Amino acid sequence: MKCNRLVDVGRRQFLRGGVLGVAGAAAATVLPAGQAQAQTARAMLDYPSTKLANIADLKVNEPMDIGYPDAESPGILLKLGTAVEGGVGPDGDIVAYSVLCPHKGFVMSYHGADKTLNCPGHFSRFDCEKGGQQVWGHATQNLPQFTLRVDDKGDIHAEGADELIYGRLSNVLQG
Amino acid sequence: MAYKRNIDRLPIIPAGAKEHNVTCHYCIVGCGYKAYTWPLKTQGTTDSNWSGEDLSKQQGAETAAWYSPSMYNVVKQNGKDVHLVIKPDVDCEVNSGLGSIRGARMAENRRSDITGTQQQRLTDPLVWRYGTWQPTSWDDALDLVARVTARVIDKDNENDLYVSMFDHGGSAGGYENTWGTGKLYFGSMKVKHCRIHNRPAYMSEVHSSRDMGVDELNYNYADYEVTDTIFLVGTNPMECQTNLFLNHMVKGMQNGAKVVISDPRRTVTVDSCEQVAGAENVLHLAIKPGSDVALHNTLFTYIADQGWVDADFIAKSTFQGDVAVPADSAYPASLGSFEAARAACKMSLADGAAATGLTEAQIIQAAEWIAKPKEDGSRRKCVTGYEKGIIWGNDNYRAIGSLLNIALATGNVGREGGGCCRLGGHQEGYYRPSDAHVGRPAPYIDQLIIAGGGKVHHIWANDHYKTTLNAAEFKRVYNRRSNMVKEAMDARAGATREELVDAIVAAINAGGIFSVNVDIIHSQIGQAAHVILPAVEAGEMNLTSMNGERRLRLTEKYMDAPGSAKPDCLIAAGIAQALERVLREEGRDAYADQFKGYDWKTEEDAFMDGYNKGNPEVTYERLRAMGTNGVLEPVKGFADGKLVGTNRLYEDGVFTRHGREDGKALFCMGEWRGWQAAGKAQQQANHRFFINNGRANMNWQNWFLDQGNEFVMDRFPVPFIQINPEDMAELGIKAGDMVEVYNDVGATQALAYPEPTAKRNETFMVFGAPNGAQGNIVNAGVNELILPNYKATWANIRKISDATPASAAVSYKSWEVEL
Repeated sequence: MKCNRLVDVGRRQFLRGGVLGVAGAAAATVLPAGQAQAQTARAMLDYPSTKLANIADLKVNEPMDIGYPDAESPGILLKLGTAVEGGVGPDGDIVAYSVLCPHKGFVMSYHGADKTLNCPGHFSRFDCEKGGQQVWGHATQNLPQFTLRVDDKGDIHAEGADELIYGRLSNVLQG
Repeated sequence: MAYKRNIDRLPIIPAGAKEHNVTCHYCIVGCGYKAYTWPLKTQGTTDSNWSGEDLSKQQGAETAAWYSPSMYNVVKQNGKDVHLVIKPDVDCEVNSGLGSIRGARMAENRRSDITGTQQQRLTDPLVWRYGTWQPTSWDDALDLVARVTARVIDKDNENDLYVSMFDHGGSAGGYENTWGTGKLYFGSMKVKHCRIHNRPAYMSEVHSSRDMGVDELNYNYADYEVTDTIFLVGTNPMECQTNLFLNHMVKGMQNGAKVVISDPRRTVTVDSCEQVAGAENVLHLAIKPGSDVALHNTLFTYIADQGWVDADFIAKSTFQGDVAVPADSAYPASLGSFEAARAACKMSLADGAAATGLTEAQIIQAAEWIAKPKEDGSRRKCVTGYEKGIIWGNDNYRAIGSLLNIALATGNVGREGGGCCRLGGHQEGYYRPSDAHVGRPAPYIDQLIIAGGGKVHHIWANDHYKTTLNAAEFKRVYNRRSNMVKEAMDARAGATREELVDAIVAAINAGGIFSVNVDIIHSQIGQAAHVILPAVEAGEMNLTSMNGERRLRLTEKYMDAPGSAKPDCLIAAGIAQALERVLREEGRDAYADQFKGYDWKTEEDAFMDGYNKGNPEVTYERLRAMGTNGVLEPVKGFADGKLVGTNRLYEDGVFTRHGREDGKALFCMGEWRGWQAAGKAQQQANHRFFINNGRANMNWQNWFLDQGNEFVMDRFPVPFIQINPEDMAELGIKAGDMVEVYNDVGATQALAYPEPTAKRNETFMVFGAPNGAQGNIVNAGVNELILPNYKATWANIRKISDATPASAAVSYKSWEVEL
């Protein structure tokens, strides 16, 4: 399946759910290099390693839209400007999260003033500086955060997730 | 870093998995869920599963084809390990598929030996032996309970047996279990010294509503969707009745309803209403704490003066004359006619504004939204919801009565889009023999225990240590008195049962207390217990309850009880049977005979013995068929294979809750009188901070389990206190610092959470925490009918520690959404 078709599937999916718009700045969605498929049942899935951006692409407190582990799972890549636990990069301040609210799957928007993701559906909010901790809301889990690796060239790769992403019973979709 | 489960895949529910009806057992709303169970070594596939959806694809928002790790567990069913998923039911009218942060963790909060969740659950009876609690058989534990209890009760005097027993539905309550305990203590016995799970005596929380003829749950939730105005008083439904708010109040606002909220604090509910309805359609009356009666009486006066009342309704359905019930020790205010109440409650806008701290314009605005007829002359519909802000606030009887006055005067009870109801805490599920022998006012049990009253204490899912007032003193005394018995038992280690009972009785006659604790976990007051009996919750048994609109449903048993734990009704039956046996052995046959009639094998037997006797149409089989939508009580019949219920109370304009034959509602003649309970004004004068207190979204009604839930304890390792940031700066307190909150009656601890919307010197502390009991600093003041006034509390605050590592790691950002 080609990447651009995945994008279309994703859009239709979100429209069907009654959700319009995506999070953050209007950067192009970065797509994973290949379709991720879990082959066998394991305790933790094999995740695709997906280049999301280069450090040079990021501006402080301006989230970049991403899709991970595949294009149907929207997220943001964010340079916070101050180091946080779990942050990567030379400044320890780069993080990435799913933007699907783990309560009912609405796409959340980023509020730069206090660096939170906010849900238009039922008003839950999550702290991007605290590992996606739910500040207040209805979700029964904190926000899935994507594991990041920065290579020698400054390329940022996503390589995993630490909570189940809304709308899929396997983070890496199974055939 | 925030707590993460690191679960990135879940077993798929197969087609044909067993499906069980579940009503969330935590809060009053009672959202519908379905529990799915299936054998451990099997699962569905992405293209063949319970949902019929293609699960190889990302599912859209609000899908029914997804569940979170918190909705999953592995539990025992008929002795075998099974997968369990408990997910919200899209077909339930209460929640339409919405899950709350509490209910959507039901599965995770089940005990599992496979996943290790809720290992705090009790599995076996425990008896104090050799200086600690030792597991034992039910027969052994119940024999000790019966032998000691039998020594302090007799046919004509059961006053030395004190009983603390829940009266609620949901959780481990329900019609089965209130009947089991009720039959034991109010049928076989006539126990007078008893109290309820969250208050220090055995009484209604809404006496005035009932005395005025109006049951406190009189509408249905859809009334919020078709009303013109939603009037919320001392209640925070976005947090505490979440899906009532999201699935019904939000629809009302979307249909054009305005909202009036009376609360000293800007709650999440205020913000959410502004998000939905627009700030111009939301009026927050941030009254001075405790001034509710003044607000209500001023509104009532103004509305009546404008003629915005329903004269026909008043004439046909309310008492005509002057005083119907004069005030006395059982009635904290006189009750009578509309005109009599107008005279008694008369309060000018100027006086109302001064008492409440509001402007006259705000009060007028509220009155217009509540009662002013529309431009075409048609009456305005207004639904009123209230809860602990006035129930546990100042002058309970008059606060509720004065609020109901407004609803009655405007004809908003028994009508579509109307109703004047408490929003509630637990679900309800009360079916017991009469409690008339308890008296009114009821005995103030906690103070009697402090004063040395009671020799044997049976406790059913009450934790006074966390949820009573004057808790610091109560704990000191209770620990001392129960320790006297522990020491006596320790001193007779190795003795025979007879010798041990003699030693216990000697200790209680010397001022000790023998404590029997029935609970699902080893509670804090359970630390003082001598016998601990393990109970079960809904889902581990079949359990019936009704929600805040009287919606009766059966939660089906979907898993085994932990260990040998039992439903409370069967534990009560076991105590009754043991008492009968012991009394007969002692030759007290006439008294023993009173304990016959407990040969129940199952909770359904208890249901049929109790609730079904009064409601013969209602059976488990019929309720099962009614699913998660159930039937609204009272049930009127059975037709076409369905139970027939009652959509709304008092649609005929006949009011009956007070028992008056004329069927006329009464008005409350309660003038505003400032602080009613003893010691409140003095405490206010001597301390800087108002310590408002209540519940929070995350752990409301489920903290007893959540103290063993990492997701919750990670967010708030210590109970929070919200303080204005400028007050914090003055005291040298940073976000997350541990503070001590102390006053003339005690002290407790909290984590400082800056809240910019908090008024200066007005804080909010979460109530009922396992590791920071707010009740420690609540004085013993109660109303005339022993209703506790938890809310009116003042204290000083000092820093005792920098943030602990756990507290330093959490977010201190605003709870108000930014879209």
